[in-house]
Amino acid sequence: MGILDIVHVTKRFGGLIAVNDVTITVEPRTIHSIIGPNGAGKTTLFNCITGFYRADEGQIIFDGEPIQYLPPDEIARMGIARTYQNIRLFSNLTVLENVLVGMHSHLHSWFIEPILGLPSYKREEAEAREEAMRLLQFVELEDKAFFLSKNLPYGEQRRLEIARALALKPKVLLLDEPTAGMNPRETEETMALIRRLRDERGITIVLIEHDMKVVMNISDIISVLDYGQKIAEGTPLEIRTNPRVIEAYLGRGAAMGLSEAA
Amino acid sequence: MRGFPWRETIRAGLLGSAVALHVSLVGMVEAFSRREIVKDVVTLGQLLLLLVVLGAGYWAAGKAAKRNKVYGIFAGLLVGLIIGLVLAALALSIKPLHLRQVFANASRGLARVLLFNKKGLAGVIKLLIVMGGGGVVAGLLELLPSKVRRPLLYALTATLTLGLLRDIFAVILPRSISRFFYTSSGLTVKGAVVLTLVWAAYFTASELWGQRVRSSLQALPPTQQKTLRWGSYLLALIILLGLPPLLGERGGYVFEVLDIVGIYIVMGLGLNIVVGFAGLLDLGYVAFFAIGAYTMAVLTTPELPAVRQYIPPMDFWEALPIALFASLLAGIILGVPVLKTRGDYLAIITLGFGEIIRLLVISDALKPILGGAQGITGVARPHLFGWTAKDPQDFFYFILAAIVIGFFISVRLKDSRLGRAWKAIREDEDVAIAMGIDHVATKLTAFATGATLAGLSGAIFSSKLFSIAPHSFNILISIYVLSLLIVGGIGSLPGVVVGAFALVGLPELLREFAEYRMLVYGAALVVMMIYRPEGLWPETLHVAEYKHRESTSSQATTASVGAGK
Repeated sequence: MGILDIVHVTKRFGGLIAVNDVTITVEPRTIHSIIGPNGAGKTTLFNCITGFYRADEGQIIFDGEPIQYLPPDEIARMGIARTYQNIRLFSNLTVLENVLVGMHSHLHSWFIEPILGLPSYKREEAEAREEAMRLLQFVELEDKAFFLSKNLPYGEQRRLEIARALALKPKVLLLDEPTAGMNPRETEETMALIRRLRDERGITIVLIEHDMKVVMNISDIISVLDYGQKIAEGTPLEIRTNPRVIEAYLGRGAAMGLSEAA
Repeated sequence: MRGFPWRETIRAGLLGSAVALHVSLVGMVEAFSRREIVKDVVTLGQLLLLLVVLGAGYWAAGKAAKRNKVYGIFAGLLVGLIIGLVLAALALSIKPLHLRQVFANASRGLARVLLFNKKGLAGVIKLLIVMGGGGVVAGLLELLPSKVRRPLLYALTATLTLGLLRDIFAVILPRSISRFFYTSSGLTVKGAVVLTLVWAAYFTASELWGQRVRSSLQALPPTQQKTLRWGSYLLALIILLGLPPLLGERGGYVFEVLDIVGIYIVMGLGLNIVVGFAGLLDLGYVAFFAIGAYTMAVLTTPELPAVRQYIPPMDFWEALPIALFASLLAGIILGVPVLKTRGDYLAIITLGFGEIIRLLVISDALKPILGGAQGITGVARPHLFGWTAKDPQDFFYFILAAIVIGFFISVRLKDSRLGRAWKAIREDEDVAIAMGIDHVATKLTAFATGATLAGLSGAIFSSKLFSIAPHSFNILISIYVLSLLIVGGIGSLPGVVVGAFALVGLPELLREFAEYRMLVYGAALVVMMIYRPEGLWPETLHVAEYKHRESTSSQATTASVGAGK
């Protein structure tokens, strides 16, 4: 059993079966990529894991506990954080505030503490700010802590989204196309960052990615979805040479791209 | 005249004429002309038309001056003459064409106002001279460098505002001073000149040295800045507290207005938490105001035998916590069913909720408890150590206390964990939930806090009025409060105060406005949304960001200069 087990999960939208009987086991401290053509059901699977969609069948087990019936905020508090394919920051909040919102579940004050200005509240806030600044340092955004997040350039917004997700202190981090729209240098940096998350912080990464160079380079395990079904799983080498993947998903053109990457 | 933008100029003239015709025919010009701003020089009605000319002329002059400076002045003149001609045509055709049968406000009085009380040709000539002159001034304004134009316009605006607010200032100021500046209606000519000069000097100084003063203030160490800030708060508070004894009997009217503005400020602070912080569009906010007011009234009045046989009348302080609790509870009760709805749906449900409360209050079935359409009289007044509040001056203190409480809560929560959760939900609810925020508790707290502040406002309101009736709690109150937030700047605390003074205080002072209140509100909101969507006094965050950017960029430049050496 891994840290995150997706067991025979099916999700239907009316007649369309977006995720069809998928079973994936994510091992702790790995980078586990989920690939597949557009509409293969990757993001739907993410939404099932984070509780925004309710799986019609099957089980999702996180850290030994079934979570498929829990509300999304509780799943987040258990330690599953995510980023979005199309960046979704709190645009009119500052960079620092975005990270502080991510730390929400680790802080305790509510209504009365800030109004009374209790010393324990002030200490908690000061510590939270320090930790948020450390996280911003980790993604190299500490200089821009007081900028509105909507005014950051694209690549920095992606990094801020990761920092915000890290603020949750997640055990599993779901990254939805983190390098989309990046230039080669930024992609390189993001890959390094993802590796550091696994190696330095021991976070398990589940990655949706279209860039095959990134996927083949970074992944420990790859699962391939097509039309909602898992058609293959294995190490990058196994996937690259899997005839079914090449035929059903990659096609001839992409297969050539692959051999180039290799 | 090669290259003169005839089309744009004529279009500006015709647009201006349409606006001028509109304000004349809805009766604003005539009604406002009864209020003089500078005695025997300009009335509010004339000023309104002049503003139209200035606006249209300035716009046309801007287009024309791109070609040639003189063209700008000519374009302004042309616009003024077009508007003047159209108004003259209106004035002259009122009687022969029996316009009054169609336009109720096209009276002979309007014609007299438009023609400056002169007959026939003499009036038309004077109108054309004034309007054309206004247009030329607009053209000249366009030519001035902005360093001169801005202080000049600000000074004129300030002087005219002081003239407009004669009823307040003539009363507040000691008689000897007020006699110099004010007549029985509007400013004296010499007063107006002196004021304009003083204001112009002030605004010129602030244009020249304001930036330096501000930056030197910012350069102070943080502790000194803090002392300075708290010092100025304290000073403001002392002035406000000292105002009632200072003005004594003369201040009754002033405090009547201030009280109403204050009651709206408290409501605005509450709604700002719901709409500004948490982003939940609540159009039925008046319901909580009504619940606070009615709880206070029902619990304290000696009337209503159906209630009195069970509960003896309470005094103000006993009823206040119950009123607050009732509105808090109502906030939660409304909050629960609307948790899952967003945006437009939320607005419609809350709108319905506001109407339900009003209909309950007015209904015959509940008349023994809530007083029905006649309402309730004999609401208790607050008392302290044997002293009972009666006058607007006395209530001013209570309202001030409520405002301070509202401010305190807002300031403290704004940057707390709860405040951040509110703002996160406002920005993107799904992501906020994915960050582990309990959106149920967060939204309910916002509703409950906002409702309690409205309840507090309502309780003081009903006590102050001594009697309340259902018509004081219609949907318009919700709209007013929301409008004052938008005009002041959504989410901004000083904006609430500015918005309340602009949208509640001004119409309260200018009785002529009352009839055109909604027209002016609508126009103000449209103009705000187009030219200043962030509000008159936007949230300070943006400013802070600019400061940060400026300081980092200046550091960067000094660093690079240093490296260059």
